Amino acid sequence: MDTITRRRFLTASGVVAAGALVAGGTAYGLGDILGFRGDGPTGRILVLVTLYGGNDGLNTVIPYADPAYAANRPSMAYGHDQVLDLEDGFGLNPGLAGLHRLWGEDRLAIVRGVGYPRPDRSHFRSMDIWQTANPDRPENTGWLGRWLDTAGGDPRLAVSFEPVLPPLLAGATSAGATVPGGALTLPQGVDGTVLAGFGTPAPGESTGRARAAACFADLVKVRDLMAGTVEDDEGDADEPATATGGQAPPLDQQLALVTRCIEAGSATRVYSVSLGGFDFHADEKSAQESILASLDKPLAAFAERMAGHGVVVAVYSEFGRRVRANASEGTDHGTASSVLLLGDGIPGGLYAEPPSLTDLDDGDLRHTTDFRDVYAMLLADVLDADPGPILGGWEGRLTFS
Amino acid sequence: MTDRSEVSHLLRRLTFGPTAAEVDAAVAAGAGATLERVLAPIGRPATVPEAGPFRPGKEGRQEARRQATDAAWWWLTRMASEPGAAEKLTFFWHGHWATSVRKVRSAALMLGQQQTLRRYGGGGTGPLVRAMLRDPALIIWLDGQRNTRKAPNENLAREVMELFTLGVGAYTEDDVKAGARVLTGWRADRTTATATFVAARHDPAPVTLLGRSGAFDIDSYADLLVQHPAHLPFLARRLWNRYGSPATPDAATTARLSAERTTTGMLRSLVTAEAFTAANGALVKQPVEWMTGAVRQLGVDLGALPQNKRGPILGGLRALGQVPFRPPSVGGWPVGTPWLTTSSAQARLRYGQALTVLAPEAVETLAAAARGDRTEALARLLVVDAWSDRTRAVLSAATGEPRRLLALGLASPEYTVH
Repeated sequence: MDTITRRRFLTASGVVAAGALVAGGTAYGLGDILGFRGDGPTGRILVLVTLYGGNDGLNTVIPYADPAYAANRPSMAYGHDQVLDLEDGFGLNPGLAGLHRLWGEDRLAIVRGVGYPRPDRSHFRSMDIWQTANPDRPENTGWLGRWLDTAGGDPRLAVSFEPVLPPLLAGATSAGATVPGGALTLPQGVDGTVLAGFGTPAPGESTGRARAAACFADLVKVRDLMAGTVEDDEGDADEPATATGGQAPPLDQQLALVTRCIEAGSATRVYSVSLGGFDFHADEKSAQESILASLDKPLAAFAERMAGHGVVVAVYSEFGRRVRANASEGTDHGTASSVLLLGDGIPGGLYAEPPSLTDLDDGDLRHTTDFRDVYAMLLADVLDADPGPILGGWEGRLTFS
Repeated sequence: MTDRSEVSHLLRRLTFGPTAAEVDAAVAAGAGATLERVLAPIGRPATVPEAGPFRPGKEGRQEARRQATDAAWWWLTRMASEPGAAEKLTFFWHGHWATSVRKVRSAALMLGQQQTLRRYGGGGTGPLVRAMLRDPALIIWLDGQRNTRKAPNENLAREVMELFTLGVGAYTEDDVKAGARVLTGWRADRTTATATFVAARHDPAPVTLLGRSGAFDIDSYADLLVQHPAHLPFLARRLWNRYGSPATPDAATTARLSAERTTTGMLRSLVTAEAFTAANGALVKQPVEWMTGAVRQLGVDLGALPQNKRGPILGGLRALGQVPFRPPSVGGWPVGTPWLTTSSAQARLRYGQALTVLAPEAVETLAAAARGDRTEALARLLVVDAWSDRTRAVLSAATGEPRRLLALGLASPEYTVH
């Protein structure tokens, strides 16, 4: 989702007023998160991984044994000998070697056929639906933002290292914190007095100017705390581009920051990280394999390192792709897809009914599991919250049985 | 609002940053005459650089990257030397039909698209949409060249309706599928820098599209889009967000703009709307606006800048996250406060300072003022209406060092948000 849409979404009705965003915004530095302590033991931690662009679920968790799979995708299907075998005729994309290792240790759960009624094929609208957990009408709050409202509203409880607050962390009365991860180097002639001076609010100024000033105040907070992360201002990115890329720092950098916070004992309960660039309408096979590998490597390493820390990771995208490949050896926007879960307390295995590849809804998969079932499980089992009020009275819940 | 701040506001929004001398001239001419002068088509023809031939393979890719950097530099030079509204409007359209050279991999095609946006950008949107649907860079960017009768590729048809002409909610999934069929058969070629229609790949079957049934071609599809009741209000909102304020425009303003028949007319209507006056100080400068405005006001001659001194400009734009021809996604660049982060504040401090090194004359101008008058001289130079007390306090402490004073002015909240 592009940032224009995010902003429009966040401020459209004024429920999440620009003021609340300024307060959440980047008002926290990494040091604030590292040093954040709760009243008691932290409880379990949710790391939500958003894949922007619509990852092709059928070429991620691959139903290689279903003849309809190869028939629909003659030149982009994976055969049994190419996939990383799971069970029951399913295999993982060869780019997911690290996750396959975790599967072998019964630590990767795959929930198949996750979606919502009357699927929307716009990247932007479908991502809104996933992030607000409201498929019926536009909603101004994100599902984890509403959890934050019920959990006391401290922005440090829900943290993102992306440059813009993701809608899912915007609540009605509170918002998560976006935390700058870069190193801070001030040019000559700029000192704390300048930063504090520019950072002073001026009475009556516009929201934009107030935000510009607040950035300087934030710099005062973060200036002595940063070390170790690379600032990339000369980089001329050489990665292949698709039209729906993300704007976040590389996933390994985001997860490295999450690791630092968790190992420092931060009381943060939710981390949002993201990876963009999954929109392959053409020449998909090798490109998807390569971007899945760039998800797999840091994610598997993160899961290994976090074992025993009470961390649960959930991976989703705004939709899967059409069952039948297009003529460009790519796939167009589709519907249901798999959600991946891993971490402490998550029993490995394949869950939910896989959607039929032949009984289709206008060429698309029919979802077998509502995405709110997955959210309800995460809210109840990981965040110790009552899912009902947060999910608009939704009563379903994913169980591992 | 004084006459000076009124015309300053007008020029700041319609152009890439007015100089003090341009504001002086505008005050003398009056707001109405200034508006017409700024909106007039440019007489000066653009000399588009030859981007060089396309070559496949790894070396070709590196060459294409160099060519793309040269093309961006050429455009920045043009923005900095052009006092009217047309070049900024072209940049608006570039962000609207956001296409990136990272996938197109041809500077020639990107420059070709830029010329199309410039040629048709000020008129009615009919010719623009007709031209863009057959633009080779856009076709490659959204996989139009892979869209054939055998299996249509919906990417281009969807984004054309969702992001370029109508907005979400004005069309259905069936319209996307029908639109994709209508657009089948176009192929883009990087080597010849052209798009051609291949009848054998086209699906001529009649479709139902946006409530009309029949056999459409690319032009009748374009016409259907621009005649759709959602089109002009959609465009009015997009223009308002870039020229007015990041907030959704009120219904009256949207209706006022939508009554116009050309984009130039919509701009005229926008800056003469009541809400426009109230929007002074509400809009965050995009990095390209911040940079080219500073270049103009500081009198840096980009055309005369040797290759090895371009770092502060190109590096600054990369650090701030906006390089021409490289939007992050088909959704374009963000509007408003997303540009305001701790890292962008650092970048404005650093690259503002680097810019002052290229501008000894601007520093001299400040140094020539009496020390007590230098913050006002700085406001005049940077066309800032007034400093807040907080900013004045920071600047006053730097009046003994004119170069530092100038750099701080460029990073100030008042200069960053206009």
